[in-house]
Amino acid sequence: MINPNEDGNEDMETKSTPSSLSDVAKANQARKQPGSGALGVGLEARSIHAWFGDKLVLRDISLDFWSGTVTALIGPSGCGKSTFIRTLNRMHEFIPGAAMAGEVLLNGQDIYEQGTDVTKIRLKVGMVFQKPNPFPSMTIADNVLAGLKLAQLKSENKDDLLEECLERAGLWNEVKDRLNAYGGSLSGGQQQRLCIARSLAVRPEVLLMDEPCSALDPGSTLKIEETIQHLSSSMTIIIVTHNMQQAARVSDYTGFFLSDGGPGELVEVGPTSEIFSRPKDIRTENYVTGRFG
Amino acid sequence: MSTSTPIVNSANSTPEKRELTTKPRFSDKVFRGVATAGGLSSLVILGLILIFLGYQGFQVLRSEGIGFITGSNWQVVQDNAGNTDLEASTFGIAAMLVGTLLCAALAVSIAVPISVLCALYLTFYAPQFLKKMMVAIIDLMAAFPSILFGMWGFFILMPHVEYWAKLIHRYFSWIPLFKMEIPVYTRSPFVAGVVLAIMIIPIITSVSREIFSQTPLDRIQAAYALGATRWSMIRAVVIPYGKSGVVGGAMLGLGRAMGETVAVYTVLNLVYQINWHVLIGAGGNVASMILLKFGEAGPTETRALMAAGLVLFILTLIVNSIANAIVSRTGGKGR
Repeated sequence: MINPNEDGNEDMETKSTPSSLSDVAKANQARKQPGSGALGVGLEARSIHAWFGDKLVLRDISLDFWSGTVTALIGPSGCGKSTFIRTLNRMHEFIPGAAMAGEVLLNGQDIYEQGTDVTKIRLKVGMVFQKPNPFPSMTIADNVLAGLKLAQLKSENKDDLLEECLERAGLWNEVKDRLNAYGGSLSGGQQQRLCIARSLAVRPEVLLMDEPCSALDPGSTLKIEETIQHLSSSMTIIIVTHNMQQAARVSDYTGFFLSDGGPGELVEVGPTSEIFSRPKDIRTENYVTGRFG
Repeated sequence: MSTSTPIVNSANSTPEKRELTTKPRFSDKVFRGVATAGGLSSLVILGLILIFLGYQGFQVLRSEGIGFITGSNWQVVQDNAGNTDLEASTFGIAAMLVGTLLCAALAVSIAVPISVLCALYLTFYAPQFLKKMMVAIIDLMAAFPSILFGMWGFFILMPHVEYWAKLIHRYFSWIPLFKMEIPVYTRSPFVAGVVLAIMIIPIITSVSREIFSQTPLDRIQAAYALGATRWSMIRAVVIPYGKSGVVGGAMLGLGRAMGETVAVYTVLNLVYQINWHVLIGAGGNVASMILLKFGEAGPTETRALMAAGLVLFILTLIVNSIANAIVSRTGGKGR
């Protein structure tokens, strides 16, 4: 995968050696504008446990997500990363038999508190899925604005909002001439950016991304990573990824999840550059150096 | 790269296209034969019925001409020897055709909203135990003998229908369909329509439920992740996806409603006059008319009834083809 901000020969190495990965992460951190970082804790997960039926799949995860940062969650398949982020906007409970314990605080308010309007939570904590899933019966424009209709929100100027969201998702130039085409007519990468634009239209404070690039080609992946970096100055982003280069490139913080056959646990979390250069835990080191996983 | 050079054809030597064949095994040939026989047999049976009806009805159709489907008179004239005089008799089933379409359309327009709501409830709202129970009951309802629906209509619905009909008449008589010139409320197309509606609800519900439950999960989740309520999710995702399936179910129901005989016979007053007013106790139905006349008909009248059957057959075919065209036209979007 090519990162435009790096030299070509270094890129070749990022695929294999850990020292280069941490270099990428450092370079990424240096690019961050000063002041766009920590604005205070935006989303806090406190001692999250999750079950499917009787099976405990997540044990005691506590993580803070600072406003205006990108946090990457990495780890081998089946370690509960996706389950974890689905507890952050209450999508977890859609799976039959799913249960959870712990608290998720959004601006200090527990989103699992009795009597909470779940739809309002999901407006504040948006989500982009692994597989691009635009609504095929709607045009590109309707897709972007679908959230307004679904959540019965009013918007003063829909055209401006449409342009703004597509612009922020890095898709405006490609679709501005065919806003009335159906969402399904776009390529996979464009569809995913359309889904990002759709999430932005309801103005979330947090955006959860569940392996948003795993079904996409490298070129589209690159575009989405650029989009993530544009967005990160104005919102909190949590991205699950299997791609460690991606984690190094886009994130400020990285959390490493692992399951030893039992429930998934958070092994280590810290600034991305540190996770990739001097991880504290030997298991993290083994994973980020590619010794397993 | 250097070891194996790919074969590139120059532009002027395009090779012959090769014939692609496979030699099936014996067992495969046998199975293919069985499957083909099964597949074609339905076509053959249908064709034979068509030929039989056409052969039997041909004479009457020729002597009546277009009057058979535009006229409303059904008069059998016999000469002194008791033989039917084909020239003097008139056979016209226009009133019956109109009645058939009217009752069926009424049935579908009552049944579709109820069925769709029922299917949505079962798919998205009903608790698990209730869902299982209701699905079983609805499937059972689909297999219910239609005479029982007819009896229910006769004994239970009919005594109450006057009240409903009067209510509809009072508030909706400005719609021509609900005009009421003769105050005869019982045995009206309205009653028949309601009975038919109840008969076809299970079919439409079960087809709709099937298609709703196949709505792709990722779209449902996408809607919820955008802060959708359950209802707005259903409107934005499930209904666009299931629309064509619902239309298909409605057409199955329509087909059954048009062909239904006994239930309609029990609750409908057959009158040989075209009547568009659904509340008046005078209607028509091709299938019920055939049943009514069949027992006492002489050879010529029987032929006329065959011709009526042929017309009903063709009408059902036309309605179904239109329905198929609608389904395939609306089916593409939203899937």
